[in-house]
Amino acid sequence: MIRFEHVTKDYDGKRALDDVTVDIADGEFVFIVGPSGAGKSTFIKLITKEIEPDEGKIFIDEKDITKFSQRQIPGLRRNIGMVFQDFRLLPNKTVFENVAFAMEVVHYTRRTIERQVPQALVLMGIPDKADMFPDSLAGGEQQRVAIARAIINNPKLLIADEPTGNLDPSTALEIMRLIDQINKRGTTVVMVTHAKDIVDRMDKRVITIQDGKVVGDQKGGYGRHA
Amino acid sequence: MLKSLSYSFKEGVKQLFRSKVMTLVSLISISAMLLILGLFFFLSVNVNYMSGKIQDEFNTIEVFLEDEVSEANAQTIAKSLANMPEIANIEYISKEQGLEEFKQSWGDNGYLLNGLLENPLPNSLRITLQDLSGGDLVAEVCRTTPGVETVRYYQTEVNKILTVTGAIQKGALIIIAFLIVVSVVVVSNTVKLTVMAREEEIKIMKYVGATNWFVRGPLLTEGVLMGGISALIAFAISNLIYGRICGAFSDQALMLFNMQLVEPAFLMSSLIWIFMSLGISIGAFGSLISMRRFLKV
Repeated sequence: MIRFEHVTKDYDGKRALDDVTVDIADGEFVFIVGPSGAGKSTFIKLITKEIEPDEGKIFIDEKDITKFSQRQIPGLRRNIGMVFQDFRLLPNKTVFENVAFAMEVVHYTRRTIERQVPQALVLMGIPDKADMFPDSLAGGEQQRVAIARAIINNPKLLIADEPTGNLDPSTALEIMRLIDQINKRGTTVVMVTHAKDIVDRMDKRVITIQDGKVVGDQKGGYGRHA
Repeated sequence: MLKSLSYSFKEGVKQLFRSKVMTLVSLISISAMLLILGLFFFLSVNVNYMSGKIQDEFNTIEVFLEDEVSEANAQTIAKSLANMPEIANIEYISKEQGLEEFKQSWGDNGYLLNGLLENPLPNSLRITLQDLSGGDLVAEVCRTTPGVETVRYYQTEVNKILTVTGAIQKGALIIIAFLIVVSVVVVSNTVKLTVMAREEEIKIMKYVGATNWFVRGPLLTEGVLMGGISALIAFAISNLIYGRICGAFSDQALMLFNMQLVEPAFLMSSLIWIFMSLGISIGAFGSLISMRRFLKV
């Protein structure tokens, strides 16, 4: 699904990623861990082509996205669902509208949108919140809305950037259960996190990045790198 | 395609109502700009029209003959002058004919001249020139021709007037161009405020894979609508103003100076198109330049 080949990225002379080579298969669930400023965000921004690598190649779904033109970016992102620590919901739109928004962008018909959004809300366990505004929801519920928006177009890849960072432990676990469910339905999941307990509990592949380098890549356990 | 157009339109209209104050401010400033622009347009068109009329009118030399000169003599004088290459045409105008024309030029007030006891006009020759440059020579020849009482020819005055009107027109054009630039800046600032308020929304749109045109569409619609509505407002007001101006000019007093303005109906039919196309392009251009940097996500 994702393949980095000797990817290097500099920011103003500072090396953010240094000769990173990583291969993530279809349907995998991968944690990206490491200290702040280690290069995790750079890693994700490269996948969504928000930034360009200085060296190396990046393949998404076997396509070299470093060769993509500006016009191909929307198509790329439509196959990637994104979830953020701060939810990034639009405060002036209802829950329904927030999720529907992602479908409008891809020009689905009104009918399809009205059929699929409630289904996604049911899947996320918040079918009764459709007409509420994000501000009136608890953090966990907001993140569920954000996840519903991320998966509404059935992306092959879900990228979660510290999705539990703003949530209390028990809510965080519920969110992790949802993300695990999504992964079990075949979506590749890449999740950046600092939460050691979650990583330990989930027992998935863990890639550790430090000072722009991949210093660990093994199954289960946070920071058990060489 | 149709769906994205209707989406853009719906969102654009929604946006206009969402930021009511900003919309109102922009509408007022663009309308005001177009209105001022319209006034300069009136000025420019009328100055052009008048200078055209002046040129036509003074393209002719009027040669007033002495009373004793008979029509046959007049024709002989005309024939001898007709040899000059500077002259395009010579016409004999009898005093009766002259009075009739004079009445007509006074229009509805021509009846006032019916009160004259005696026709005060002399017989005359009307010489139409090939072009204005030969005027002085022809006028001089006419003056020395026997039987000629006076020659009416205002070359220098006409040239002075034409210089002034030319300057007025150039000035009007410069001001119009300046106003267009100012309007674009106003619109782009308004839309920029909308865009900044929606920066987060735009970012999220881009994350879920919206194309640039999908983001631009509603904002472009907003700008175009703003320009179009302002054009209509400005048009309505200028229509009113020009009506008033024309009303004032058709006053008796001004009639005597033979000043006439371009017909309102004629001017307005072109003004609506000018305002519409200007307003819409100002709106579109203003919104496009304001969002350029926000689309780079």
